[in-house]
Amino acid sequence: MAAPSSTRIEQLGYLWTDERLRGIAFQVLAVAGLALFFAFIIWNTAANLKHAGLASGYGFLLDPASFDINQRLIDYTSTSSYGRAFLVGGLNTVLVAALGIAAATFIGFVVGLMRLSTNFLVSRIATVYVELTRNVPLLLQIIFWWVVILALPRVRDSISVADVVFLNNRGIRLPQPIFEDAFQLILALFVAGCIGTFVLARWARKRHELTGRTFPVGWSAIGLIFGLPALSTLFVGLPVDLDIPLLGRFNFEGGFNVTPELIALWLALSLYTGAFISEVVRSGILAVDKGQIEAARAVGLPPGLRTRKIILPQALRVIIPPLTNQYLNLTKNSSLAVVIGYQDIVSIGETVLNQSGQALEVISIYMAFYLTLSLLTSVLMNWYNKRTALVRER
Amino acid sequence: MFFRDQSEMLPERPAPITEVGVIGWLRINLFSSYGNAALTLVSLALLVLIIPPFVSWGLIDAQFSGDSGAACSGIGACWAWLDQRLGQFFYGFYPADAHWRVNVTALLLVPALLYVLVDNLPGAKFGRWFSYVYPLLAAYLLVGGFGLEVISTDKFGGFMLNMVVGLTGIVLSLPVGILLALGRQSRLPVIRLLSITFIEAVRGVPLITLLFVAIVLLQLFLPPEVSLDQLLRVIIMVTLFASAYMAEVVRGGLQAIPKGQIEGAQAVGLGYWQTMRLIVLPQALRISIPGIVNTFIGLFKDTTLVIIIGLFDLLGHARLLQTNPDWIGDVDHEAYLFSAAVFFVICFLMSRYSVSLEKQLSQDRH
Repeated sequence: MAAPSSTRIEQLGYLWTDERLRGIAFQVLAVAGLALFFAFIIWNTAANLKHAGLASGYGFLLDPASFDINQRLIDYTSTSSYGRAFLVGGLNTVLVAALGIAAATFIGFVVGLMRLSTNFLVSRIATVYVELTRNVPLLLQIIFWWVVILALPRVRDSISVADVVFLNNRGIRLPQPIFEDAFQLILALFVAGCIGTFVLARWARKRHELTGRTFPVGWSAIGLIFGLPALSTLFVGLPVDLDIPLLGRFNFEGGFNVTPELIALWLALSLYTGAFISEVVRSGILAVDKGQIEAARAVGLPPGLRTRKIILPQALRVIIPPLTNQYLNLTKNSSLAVVIGYQDIVSIGETVLNQSGQALEVISIYMAFYLTLSLLTSVLMNWYNKRTALVRER
Repeated sequence: MFFRDQSEMLPERPAPITEVGVIGWLRINLFSSYGNAALTLVSLALLVLIIPPFVSWGLIDAQFSGDSGAACSGIGACWAWLDQRLGQFFYGFYPADAHWRVNVTALLLVPALLYVLVDNLPGAKFGRWFSYVYPLLAAYLLVGGFGLEVISTDKFGGFMLNMVVGLTGIVLSLPVGILLALGRQSRLPVIRLLSITFIEAVRGVPLITLLFVAIVLLQLFLPPEVSLDQLLRVIIMVTLFASAYMAEVVRGGLQAIPKGQIEGAQAVGLGYWQTMRLIVLPQALRISIPGIVNTFIGLFKDTTLVIIIGLFDLLGHARLLQTNPDWIGDVDHEAYLFSAAVFFVICFLMSRYSVSLEKQLSQDRH
């Protein structure tokens, strides 16, 4: 019998060579370290807050904000609460992001196709655009467009487009459509057209699969969706009035104004992200196997169908994931609005922060807002990926 | 004789004039169809509308000398400020008699980068060491101490500030990013979860919110007696931000390494860290270099965000000039176009480098 104590110590040493145990020990250490780190931060924060005489918590969101917001999608006055101000800011972020995403997608697809053009000039112009916008900081572009708009003529000397749209250093004045009651009829016809097209498309696809006979779905869709409402205007007249802006004593009366901040932010975001999207589109189309296009040609598919049925479905599978990423980038980049004073969530949050001093809470609201958007997008993305993933036959 | 004598070849005829030379090129590339011809004409019209007016505004009618905006006619661009302000655009408020320190730091950056990025340079062994020591040397030169006059970091500004924040951020975020990427691939669930949470949380929020954390929250998190330099706080947050992106780039590299490499390393008895350090990471990082360069380009452009928290980088000085009473109204576009040109040159060159590297890598693999 050897000395038992020494063996036990030796055995204890062997524990360290057990990979599983070592892993557990390492993780416990990591968690403990992290807990200590957070404890340190919380301890300090609590002490600092107490020292500064600040209360923590989200109760301040109910207090009146007492500042004005000039661009709002929902009712808001300076007596509204901080919470409401955040809501207005969040909606403004969503507004500029949605406008930007629409424009950037359009620019991206057009420029992406231009870069693939066999026309030398067209593809070179597209390349120059992409390189110029991609390699200059977005913040610089935002400020640049803002300055450009602020340097436009004053209200009195507005640049007018057909006497309906006016451009000046306070932004763009657009005519405001006013809908009459009969407009509901047109709207109803429009919805009916959409539903009709959907049903028609299903029927046409089924018939095509069964009999091989095709049906001009595209043309009938245009007829149903736009033709029906257009036709009805012959009977009821155009039930939309345009409130056209008129130059008054100091400013325009009528119509509605788009602020320089919104225009600058929207322009810069769409031009910048559009360049990135064009690269996504280009690489997506290039990723389609050449054999696929040749095969489509060999079985005699006309160019339109070739693009629609062979190239696009395969290219989109490659394009969509990075495209969503770009949408998310655009939304996050819209936070740069704070520099030119577009009242998005960050900009409004900064005002709230300066007034109430609730730094921790305001920044946590920022992060929660953007993280929710990111998570929602990635959930949608995963769903889409699952739906379009190649079904491999085994 | 019904058949031509086959023993003699027909003489070669030149290709039709519409297929070769300038005309052929024009026909194939610009006028291959009516639609294409129309596109060409529209593009040409566009170029004629944009380029000549821009050149005459920016160069021909431009004013290059004068002490204030009053010297500028208003027809052409006003570049008169370049003479006075160029120094500020590049050095910020860094004292003029110490500009040489910035210059030396910038010059030494060239060999430091080359020895990291290019193989088989003469004196590579010493060069590598120089690259590793360079960040310390740069900090010493810029901040001072030990015999050099100390220059406070709030004097840093202009393009030099963009370089300092961008380069420090990327250099510091590389090791953090590698650790995070390894953590994300780890077999240990807690480590994996922590890494994923950090990476996704940081990638989910805009940099600006992190900069707000640097300015208003960091001080709250620390004991009152600790007071961090503002530039340091910015660099900490920029590093955290960049390391999440870096982690994803490195993860891409890690995933491209065949499993056999790891199994081979285990078979010869290497432990986890040895396997990673000696076998996996050298290969993975090599593949990741284009991605790292792209991350740097993004980060470099993002360094302009420091103006939001009151630092004056190149863009900040452009703003200062635009709102300066001597120049107000005369340099609205010029100040920004100049800054844009500086950023463009640097970022464009880097993106070219990244593309060529990618091509080289994909050739190596085939």
